Amino acid sequence: MSYVFVSGYVLFALAFGVLPTLYALWMSLTGSQGGFAGLDNFVRAWQDFRFLPAVGHVAAFVGVWLVSLLVLVTLLALIVHAIGRRWLSSSVRFVYYIPGALAGASSVVLWLFVLDPTVSPVSAVLRAFGFETFVQTVSPGNLPVVFAIIAFWTGAGGWIVVMYGALNSIPVEVLEAARIDGAGAVRTALHIQLPMLRKWISYMAIMSLAAGTQLFVEPRVLSQASHAVVPVDYSLNQLAYLFAFKQSDLNGSAAIAVMLLVVSLGLSAFFVVRGGLFERD
Amino acid sequence: MTTQHPRAVATRPRQLLTATAVAGSLLAVAACSGGSTGPSDSATDGASSSPYGFETVTQDPTSAITIWVDASREPAAEAFQKAYPDVPVKVETYDGGANGSGSFQTKVEAFNQAGSGWPDVVFSTQNNDAAWASQGTDPFAAPLDKGYFDQSWLDGFTPGALAPVTVDGTVYGLRNDLAPAVTWYDKSLMDQFGYTVPTTWEEYQALGEKVATEHPGYIVGDIGDPWAPEVYFWGAKAPMNTVTGVDQFSADATDPNTVAMAKVLDALVPSGAIAQESVFSPEFVQKYTGKVLMLPGPVWYSGALFENADSLNAAPGTIAAGLPLAWDGQDAATGNVGGGTWFVSRHSANLDAAKKFLEFVTSDARYQVDLAPGLPAYQSMGQQWLAKQAESKFFVDGFADDVTKAAGEVWDGWGYPKFSQEAVWAKTMTPEIAAGKTIESLLATWEKALKNEAQANGYKVS
Repeated sequence: MSYVFVSGYVLFALAFGVLPTLYALWMSLTGSQGGFAGLDNFVRAWQDFRFLPAVGHVAAFVGVWLVSLLVLVTLLALIVHAIGRRWLSSSVRFVYYIPGALAGASSVVLWLFVLDPTVSPVSAVLRAFGFETFVQTVSPGNLPVVFAIIAFWTGAGGWIVVMYGALNSIPVEVLEAARIDGAGAVRTALHIQLPMLRKWISYMAIMSLAAGTQLFVEPRVLSQASHAVVPVDYSLNQLAYLFAFKQSDLNGSAAIAVMLLVVSLGLSAFFVVRGGLFERD
Repeated sequence: MTTQHPRAVATRPRQLLTATAVAGSLLAVAACSGGSTGPSDSATDGASSSPYGFETVTQDPTSAITIWVDASREPAAEAFQKAYPDVPVKVETYDGGANGSGSFQTKVEAFNQAGSGWPDVVFSTQNNDAAWASQGTDPFAAPLDKGYFDQSWLDGFTPGALAPVTVDGTVYGLRNDLAPAVTWYDKSLMDQFGYTVPTTWEEYQALGEKVATEHPGYIVGDIGDPWAPEVYFWGAKAPMNTVTGVDQFSADATDPNTVAMAKVLDALVPSGAIAQESVFSPEFVQKYTGKVLMLPGPVWYSGALFENADSLNAAPGTIAAGLPLAWDGQDAATGNVGGGTWFVSRHSANLDAAKKFLEFVTSDARYQVDLAPGLPAYQSMGQQWLAKQAESKFFVDGFADDVTKAAGEVWDGWGYPKFSQEAVWAKTMTPEIAAGKTIESLLATWEKALKNEAQANGYKVS
C-alpha cells in the first residue's frame, strides 16, 4: 500500500526532477553538434564576462535573504505563537500569508510602484535613505537588499504559518515543565522551542536556498520596468536563459545549470547535516 | 525565481524524510534547462522551391495570421482589421523588444526549440533585429526582396530606410517609421527668455550653462533613457558602435568626438540642465511639464511626448523640431533612435495575408497618415504625414523641412549589431551617472562593456 502512496511523487520526481537533471548533465558535456565536449561548455560559461558578476549577485542576494528569512521568520513565528488570544493569533497569521498568495511576477509589479519615490506609498522612507529617483533605488549596490525584501514579503508569510505549526507540535507537557521550572518566554524560546525547531529551520533553509539561487523573475521584471538599468544578465538563471535563447547556446546554458545544481546540493548537504534532517527519533 | 510555497506538511518528524526528498528534487528542478529536440531542419534559401526565394510551408489562405505588436502599434492592427475584416488575424501584444529586452529573440529561439508556435508577423522597436533574425540554422525572418514583395513597391521606401534591415544585400524587414534625432525646442520659451536656438554642440553647451544659472529647473536635454547614446554620441559622430561586415565590432572611447560629447554632457548634467529621469517616467512629466526648453531626441517624441495629453502635453504652436546639431565647423550629423521594424516569419502558413497586412501598415494612409505617431518610413506616406503635421500647425518653425533634412543626416558610422547597445548603456552608465560620476570618467567602462557584449555575441572585437 505504501508504494501506491509514494508512486505519484516518484513519478513526478522522475519526470520533472531527475530526468531533466540527467538531460542537463548530458547536454552540458556534449557539443552543439553532439559528441563529447569534455568541460568545454563549463569553461566557456565560466569565462563569459557576465558569469562571475552573476555569481556574486546571486551569492549576495541569497546571503542577505536567507539570513533575514531564517532569523525573522523564526522570531515572528515565536511571537505569533506566544500571543494568547486565538483570534488575534490567527488573523495575524492570515495577514502574513496574504502577500504569498500573489503570484511571483504580479507581486514584483506591485513592488515597482513601492520602489519608485514619485509614486511610492512609502516614499518618505525611500527619501530618508537618500533615494530621490527610481534609478537610485535600484542601483546595483541596493539590488540584493531590494530583491531580498521582495522575496521576504512574498515568501515569509507561508513559512511563518509552517513554523507556527511546528511550534504547535512541541508537546504541551514539555512547555509546562519549563514553566514550572520558572522559564519565561525568552528562556523557553531559547532552550526549548529553538532546539526543537532545528529541523524545521534547516528544512526552510534548504527550500529557500533552492528558490533563492534560481533568482529570475524579480530581476527580469525590474529590468524591463527600469528600462534595462537593472541588467538582463543580473542572476545566473538569467544568464542561463540568455545563453539558451539569445545566443542559441543550450549546452553552455546546461553547464551553468549544472554548476548551480552542484553548489545548491553542496549547501543543502551542509544544512541537512547541521540540521540533523536525516536523524531519526 | 520560482516561488515555492512551503506546504503545510504534517508535523511528525518521520515525514521529514519525505520533505527532504521533496527539497532535493526541487533543487534538481532548479538545474533543469530548456529541453531541445535538436535543431530543426534548416531552411536553406532554395530559390527554386518557391517564388519567394525561401522554402515556404504549405500555404492555407484561411488560416489566421498571428501578429505581434507593442502597445503603441495596436492601432495599426486595429486599422487593418477595420479595413480588411475578411482577413483572419490574431493580434497579440508584447513589449516590442523595447530597451534591448530581447523578448522577440528569446521567444523565437524558444519556438525554434519547440519546432512550432512562431508568430507570422512581428513588430519590433529595435532596428538591429535583422542581424540575428536573418542568421542561424533556422532563421526566423523571411527575405522580402527575392520575389515576396514587388521591387517597385519596396522602392517606395525613403532611401536608406531599409539599411538597418538589410543583411548581406538582402532585405529582411520593413521599416515602420524613421527615427532621426532632431533638436526639439520650445519656441515660446526661447522667445520669452531671449535665447537663440543653438546650431552647434558648443553653443548648446553654452546655452545649457546659461539656463542652469538664469532659469534653474528648466532643461535643455535628458539622458535618462537607454537611447541617450544614440541621441548624443551617434549625433556627435562618436565611433562607439562600429560594425564592419557581419562579424567585426569596434568602439573607441578615446576618439576626440566621444570625449568631446562626454565633456558637453558633464558640463550640463550636474547642474540639472540635462535631466536624468526617463522621459516616460512619471517623475519626468511631473517635474518638467512646461519646463522643457530644449530636448535633443527622436522625431517620435512629437506624438509620444509633446502632442500627448498623458505626457508633456505642449500647447499648440510652441514646439519646434530644430535641425541636428553639429560640431563647430563641421557638417551636422544625427543619430537614429529605433524606428520600428516589421518582420515576416518564414514559417507562416498564410504569406498572402501577411503581405497584405505589411503593405497596409507601412504604406496605407489609413494607418500611416491618419494614426501613426511617428514619421512614416514609406516615402509617400512620410510626405503626407508631414503635410498633415504642417496643416495642424501644432509644431512650428519649419517642422516638415527640418525633419526631412534630419532624416538625410543620419551618420553612417554606427551599425546595427546583434546585441542592444542601448541595454549596455542602461546597465553600465545610467546608475553610475545617477550616483554622480562623470561620463568622461566612465567612457572606458562603457567601451569595455560594449566590447564584452560584442564578443559574447560572436563578434571579433578590435
